[in-house]
Amino acid sequence: MSNANPFYGRRKSRSNLMMGLCMAASLFGLAWLVMILAALLWNGVSGLSLDVFTQNTPPPGSAGGLLNAIVGSLIMTALGVVIGTPIGILAGTYMAEYGAHGKLSLVVRFINDILLSAPSIVIGLFVYEVMVVRMGHFSGFAGAVALSIIVIPVVVRTTEDMLNLVPNQLREAASALGMPRHLVIRRIAYRAARAGMVTGVLLAIARVSGETAPLLFTALNNQFGGANLNGPMASLPVVIFQFALSPYKDWQQLAWTGALIITLSVLTLSILARVIASRSRQ
Amino acid sequence: MADTSFPGPLAGAAHAAPARTAVLNRFRLGNLLFLNLTRAAAVLVLVLLGGVMVALIEGAAPALREFGFGFVTSQSWNPVTEKFGALAPIYGTIVTSLIAMLIAVPVGLGIAIFLTELCPMPLRRPIGIAIELLAGIPSIIYGIWGLFVFAPFLQTTVQPFLISLFGPIPLLNAVFAGPPYGIGMLTAGLILAIMVLPFITSIARDVFSTVPPVLKEAAYGIGCTRWEVVKNVVLPFTRVGVIGGVMLGLGRALGETMAVTFVIGNAHKISASILAPGTTISATIANEFTEAVGDIYTSSLIALGLLLFVITFIVLAIARYMLLRLEMKGGK
Amino acid sequence: MKFKSLAVAAGMAIAALAMPAAARADISGAGASFPFPVYAKWADAWNRETGKKLNYQSIGSGGGIKQIRARTVTFGATDAPLKGPELEKDGLVQFPMVMGGIVPVINVEGVGSGELVLDGPTLAKIFLGDIKTWDDPAIKALNPDLKLPSSAIAVVRRSDGSGTTFNFTDYLGKVSPDWKEKVGSATAVEWPVGLGAKGNEGVAANVGQTKGSIGYVEYAYAKENNIAFARMKNKAGKVVSPEVTSFQAAAANADWSSAPGFGVILTDEPGDGSWPITAATFILMHKKPNDPAAAAEALQFFDWAFEKGGPMAEQLIYIPMPASVVKQVRDAWSAIVGPDGKPVAVAK
Repeated sequence: MSNANPFYGRRKSRSNLMMGLCMAASLFGLAWLVMILAALLWNGVSGLSLDVFTQNTPPPGSAGGLLNAIVGSLIMTALGVVIGTPIGILAGTYMAEYGAHGKLSLVVRFINDILLSAPSIVIGLFVYEVMVVRMGHFSGFAGAVALSIIVIPVVVRTTEDMLNLVPNQLREAASALGMPRHLVIRRIAYRAARAGMVTGVLLAIARVSGETAPLLFTALNNQFGGANLNGPMASLPVVIFQFALSPYKDWQQLAWTGALIITLSVLTLSILARVIASRSRQ
Repeated sequence: MADTSFPGPLAGAAHAAPARTAVLNRFRLGNLLFLNLTRAAAVLVLVLLGGVMVALIEGAAPALREFGFGFVTSQSWNPVTEKFGALAPIYGTIVTSLIAMLIAVPVGLGIAIFLTELCPMPLRRPIGIAIELLAGIPSIIYGIWGLFVFAPFLQTTVQPFLISLFGPIPLLNAVFAGPPYGIGMLTAGLILAIMVLPFITSIARDVFSTVPPVLKEAAYGIGCTRWEVVKNVVLPFTRVGVIGGVMLGLGRALGETMAVTFVIGNAHKISASILAPGTTISATIANEFTEAVGDIYTSSLIALGLLLFVITFIVLAIARYMLLRLEMKGGK
Repeated sequence: MKFKSLAVAAGMAIAALAMPAAARADISGAGASFPFPVYAKWADAWNRETGKKLNYQSIGSGGGIKQIRARTVTFGATDAPLKGPELEKDGLVQFPMVMGGIVPVINVEGVGSGELVLDGPTLAKIFLGDIKTWDDPAIKALNPDLKLPSSAIAVVRRSDGSGTTFNFTDYLGKVSPDWKEKVGSATAVEWPVGLGAKGNEGVAANVGQTKGSIGYVEYAYAKENNIAFARMKNKAGKVVSPEVTSFQAAAANADWSSAPGFGVILTDEPGDGSWPITAATFILMHKKPNDPAAAAEALQFFDWAFEKGGPMAEQLIYIPMPASVVKQVRDAWSAIVGPDGKPVAVAK
C-alpha cells in the first residue's frame, strides 16, 4: 500500500512498538510458567513412582504414597463442583436473563462480587460452624460443601458476564420465531456463551483444587484411606501443606510430588475441556 | 427483553387449534419452571453467601465493640495484652494488591491482545492454555516456590539493583530502602501479579474474541494500524468485560492467602519501603487463626475478614462509578 | 441438556449424602503440629499391629484446644498446657505424651554448628533488639575464642501462633525481666524486631538464606536440615548442647506430680545437664466423652505408645516420657468415665 501521509510511518512504528510489547508480555507470562514448572519437575519427578498412586501417606521414615490424598481430593473437588456449578449457572442465568435490573439480582451481584475475594479460610469457618459442630465431627462432605461455596461466586460471575456478551439480536431472532424464553436461553444463549462458561467452571475447579484453608477445618485430613464422606478425609493440598513444612526429607519429597500431580492434573483437565468445547462447536 | 410472561393474544388465539394450545401451555409451563428454578438458585446463593456475611458480622462484633473505630486506625497488634488494630494489615493488603495490579493488568491485557490479534493460529490455543495453567497452580505451591526459589533470587539480584538504582533519588529511595531480605511486600506483590495474570488474560481474551470481525475489518479498511484497531475498536467494545476480568483478578489478589503468607515477612508494621516485610489481612488470619484462643483475639481476626469485605466493597464501588462515567461519556 | 443432567446428578448426590452413612468415623485427634510426625508414625505402627485406625492431624495447639472443647474430636493436643481451672471448667483431663527441645539456630559467617554459646539474658536482648550486632560485648564475653563479624543481627521468628513460640517466649520471660514486661509470653506475641516466617520450616529456610540471622526452631528441624545451632548456658550456669540426654535431664528435674494436669513447663529447669528450652506436648480428653468406646480405644493407643513407641520417637528426635511420669499418667486415666461412671480405660 503506497501511502503519502507523513504520519503513517509514525503510526506504523507506534503500532509495531505496542504489538512488540504485547509479544514481550506473553513471553513474560510464559517465563513464569516455565520457571515454576521447572522447579516442580526438578523437585517432584524423582519422587514419582507407582507407589505414589497405590500407597497411603506414610509416617516419616517409611515408604509410602499419596493414594488417600488423591482419592480424597478427587471426591471432594468433584462433589464441590457438582454441587456448586448448577447453582452458580442457574443463579447467573437468572441475573443475566430474567431479572437483570431487579432487586434480587442487584443484591446477589453485590454479595457475590464481595465474596469473590473472601479469604477462603472464612468460608471454611462458616461451614465449620454450620456443619462440623452440628454433626459433631469433621467430614469429607463438609469439605465438599466448603469447596462448593468457593465455586459458586466464580461461576455466577462468569456465567452472567458471558451471557451478557451474547448479542441480543440472537435472542430477538429466536423469540420472533416463536421460541419460548426458557428455550431461547437454553438453546441459544447457553450455546453462544458456552466457551466462556466452560472457562468459568475451569477457573473454579482450578481455584478449588488447590484450596488448603477451607479444608483444614472441614474435611481435616486422614492418614488412612477410604471414601467415607462422613469422616475426616485426606486431600492433596492439606497433605502438601503439612509435608512441605515438615523437617523430614521423605515427607518434603512427597509434598513436591503431590504439587506436581495437582499441577499436571489441572493442565490435563484444561486441555481436555478445551478440546471438548471446540469439538461440540463444530 | 425483560418481560417474562406471554402476552394475552397468543393465549387468546389458541382456540383455533387445540394442539397449538397444548404446545403453548407446555412452553409457558416450561418457562415458568425454568424462571423459578433460576430464581430459586439466585435466592439460594443469596442465602448461602448472606449466611457467610452474617456469621462474619456476628463473629466480629465483640472486637468491634471493644475497640470501636480505633480498630481501623491502630497499628498495634499485641496478643499478650489483647490490644488489636488493623492498620498494618490494611496497608499491606492495599500495597501488595496495587503492585500486583500495576504489573498484571498491562501484562494480562498485552497477552490477550497478542493471543487474539497477533499470534499465529496454531499457537493460540497452546499459549492460551499455558497462561491459564498459571491459575491451576495451587496457591500453596506459589508460596513454597516463592519462599525457596523466588525470594533468594530477588534478594541477591533484583533488590540490591533497585536499592542502588533509586538510592540517590529522593522520595523513591524511601520506597526502595534496604536491606534486601528477599521476602517482603514487593515479593508478595510480584507473586500476586503472577497469580492474577491468568484471570485477567483469559477473561480479556474471551471478551476480545466477541468483537464482531466486521467492526475490526471496517477499521482496517479505513487504514487503521493494528494498535489503532485495538485501542479504538476492541478495547472500547469490550470495556465492561475487561473490567469484569480485572475485578476478578483484583478479588483474588485481595483475598489470596497461602502464597502471600509465605513471602510477605508477616510483620505488623507499616514501612514506606516496599522491600520491607509487612502483612496482609488474609495472611494475618491464616497465620494466627489456628492458635488464637482468646475470645477477643479470635474476634479481632474475624473482624479483619469483615474489613476485607469492606475494602472490596469500596473498590467495587469505585469501579462501578468509573464504569458509569465511561458509559455516560460514550453514550452521548 | 447439559445443565439438566448436571442438576439431576447434583440432586442425587445431595440426597445420597444426606442419608446418614452407616460407617463409623475412625478415632480422630487434632492439635499441635510439633508432635504430628511422631503421632503419625505411632498410628501407622499401631494400625499394622492391631488393624485399628487412629487419625491425628496437625491444626495447631489453639486449634486442638478449640476442637476438644467443641467435642468434634476424640482428643485434642497442645504444646501450651491448660491451667487447672481451665481444665476444671471444661471437664478435661490433660496428660503429657512426648517431649522435645527448642534450639536457637544461626547463620553467621565463620561460626560452625555448636560453636557459639549464648545465655538466656543475651538471647532475650537479641530478640528485644537491644543487641544489634554479632560482635556485641555481651556475645563476645560468652565466646572469647570465637572470631565474630561486625555484621547486623537479623532476627527471624514465627509469624503464626505456635506452641514453639509459647515455650521460647516463656523461657525468655523467665530469664529476662525486660522481656516479661515488654513482650510477655504466649503462642503469639508482638515482636519488637524481626522477620516473621510461617512454621518451623519457614524459620529454618529464612535463617539458612539470610546471612547474620538468628531464629529458633524445634531441634528436629535444625538437625534434619543441617542448620547451625547455638549451645546454651543453663540455669546451673553450665553450657549444654541440645541432645537427647540434656532434654531428658530437664524432664527428670521437673516436678510433675504437683501440677494440675501435669501442666509442667520445662523451660529453665534446674540441673547441671538440663537443656534450658525443653518442652512437653499434651493430650486433652473429656472426662465424660460423648463416645466412650472411641475414648477407650484412644487410651489403648496411648497405652501402647508409652509401652512400645519410645524407640520410634527417638528415631524422629523426640524424647519419650520418663517411666515414673508414665505411671502417674496411667493413674490419671481413671478420671475418664463412661455413662455408667466406670473408667473406660482397662486397668493394667
